[in-house]
Amino acid sequence: MSYDLPRLIPDKDFKVPSACGVSGIMNTSGKRFSGNMIVESMALMRERGNGLGAGYAAYGIYPELKDLYCFHMLYDSDLDKKNAEEYIKDHYEIIESEPIPTRKNPHIKEVHILWRYFLKPKFIPEDMSEEDFVVSTVMFINEKINGAFVMSSGKNMGVFKGVGFPEDIADFYRIDEYKGYIWTAHNRFPTNTVGWWGGAHPFGILDWTVVHNGEISSYGINRRFLEAYGYKCTLMTDTEVVAYLVDLFMRRFGYSPQLTAKILAAPLWKDIDLMPEEERKLYTALRMNYGGALLNGPFAIIVANNNMMMGLNDRIKLRPLVAATKDDFLYIASEESAIRVVCPEPDEVWAPKAGDPVVGVLKSARKTQVVLEGENG
Amino acid sequence: MVRIDAKGLHYKKLNDLIWEAIENGEEEIVLDNVCGQRYIGAGIRKKVKIEINGVPGNDLGVFMDGPEIIVNGNAQDGVGNTMNAGKIVVHGHAGDIIGYAMRGGHIYIKRNAGYRVGIHMKAYKENYPVVVIGGFARDFLGEYMAGGLLIVLGLEKDEDGNIAGNYVGTGMHGGEIFLRGTVEEHKLGKEVKIFQPTEEDINRIKPYVEEFCRLFDYDSEEILNGEFIILKPYTHRPYGRLYAY
Repeated sequence: MSYDLPRLIPDKDFKVPSACGVSGIMNTSGKRFSGNMIVESMALMRERGNGLGAGYAAYGIYPELKDLYCFHMLYDSDLDKKNAEEYIKDHYEIIESEPIPTRKNPHIKEVHILWRYFLKPKFIPEDMSEEDFVVSTVMFINEKINGAFVMSSGKNMGVFKGVGFPEDIADFYRIDEYKGYIWTAHNRFPTNTVGWWGGAHPFGILDWTVVHNGEISSYGINRRFLEAYGYKCTLMTDTEVVAYLVDLFMRRFGYSPQLTAKILAAPLWKDIDLMPEEERKLYTALRMNYGGALLNGPFAIIVANNNMMMGLNDRIKLRPLVAATKDDFLYIASEESAIRVVCPEPDEVWAPKAGDPVVGVLKSARKTQVVLEGENG
Repeated sequence: MVRIDAKGLHYKKLNDLIWEAIENGEEEIVLDNVCGQRYIGAGIRKKVKIEINGVPGNDLGVFMDGPEIIVNGNAQDGVGNTMNAGKIVVHGHAGDIIGYAMRGGHIYIKRNAGYRVGIHMKAYKENYPVVVIGGFARDFLGEYMAGGLLIVLGLEKDEDGNIAGNYVGTGMHGGEIFLRGTVEEHKLGKEVKIFQPTEEDINRIKPYVEEFCRLFDYDSEEILNGEFIILKPYTHRPYGRLYAY
């Protein structure tokens, strides 16, 4: 595993037990709203983090360039930027290239060059889909080009993250100036790994992002499982595997969010034994085939892409998660108050059952979703 | 009586204001626009009444020793954490680990509660904690419970029609759980068994059920006429032989 070597640091075992805070807001009609709302929700849960990491994923923020892949990059130096750009130029037409706009914030020590590119793939090998090609680019940059990291690589979306409290990171990245129809966010409390910019959440690949409160103790097994499918884990934080797992199951295999949830947070064998025969067969098959994708340890995650947002807990509920709806809005957060601060009177508010996903699907995407699920039985 | 507007206040500031009011001799404090402020009532040892309008944050009434807290709304995680004495009334639902390591006092939740209600609850001599849940409770009800009383009335059922989740009483070695309804045997922890209550048993929980009905306006006779079961551990030292063969 040669890629371990260049960035060998003390927390190589990737343990991040934490009391982080997560929040996600989606407008299922696709109406875009200001990032201020998610910032307010996160600021309420300030105590859940310790200033060593925060970030936002925003969907629908680049409508003028929505057909291009947008790479949000983190560079250690100008040289790293030059190296990465050379590689990108070989494989993509760069339509736009600009610094990610930032604002001076007294609490944020900017240590990286933050840059974004809007890209069009040049020549895709015949045996590869366009998305797989982009994934391979991200894997190459993160693994091989020292000092260059891809924060996000999807269309019409982006990840903004760094070391600081959520309000300060939001101010720094000028989150208030963006409008999106899905926002997810994270407030980090790392206790035994470094708080570094690339290790902040959300983690993204293509338009998939994940924010996570908890600890993935199955990291090693998940990482080996993913390697067989060409994913390289390079960001030194356990949550990275979740982003690649949802990309694998939902994009490449075309599984529904509900089915994917039952792979990641599979029911315990004891409960599978008690199921009716057909269900028992399905869940047994899932656990036999995808044992390496089972997420062990405490977690509350919010997964999103351009079409949906999903909240999911570990099977025995070791981290908090609350959901609410109001008209065409779906809210998911670590605390009910983080929802009520931006939506005082929700239509419905509930704590999802452990292992059962809460899924919001964009109305315009629902038709295709139904067709997909029908085809897969 | 004093009113405090909690809108936008950090929990430290809000709790300072509450302590200040108590030091000024206030016996009744009303908090308006509460949203997520933690540790309300923490460690207070006076018989004051705190009424909360809104959703208080985690660890409501932590280490509390005497006050009465009324929540006109839902509550989050860790209500009554290591509480010693007093009363907490929630006119809505509550989150996980309600009554965590509670040592005395009473908690009444009108609707449902989350996972691990009564975890590590304990009783000693005159200290006897009681938690009453009106609806259902999720998995690990009474986990590692060492003493005290949990009552789940089942006035609301979960999506599968149950009033308690899985792994009920796992690691439990003291105290009792009363369920108004039933639970399948395979959902019980290895340490507990189902017992049928006697009239005497029902009389023991009667005052708490009556208080619940008084608080939330239910007919106590009707509720007490329901079918109850008791879950009790059948050994005081479930792990006694685990480490010492």
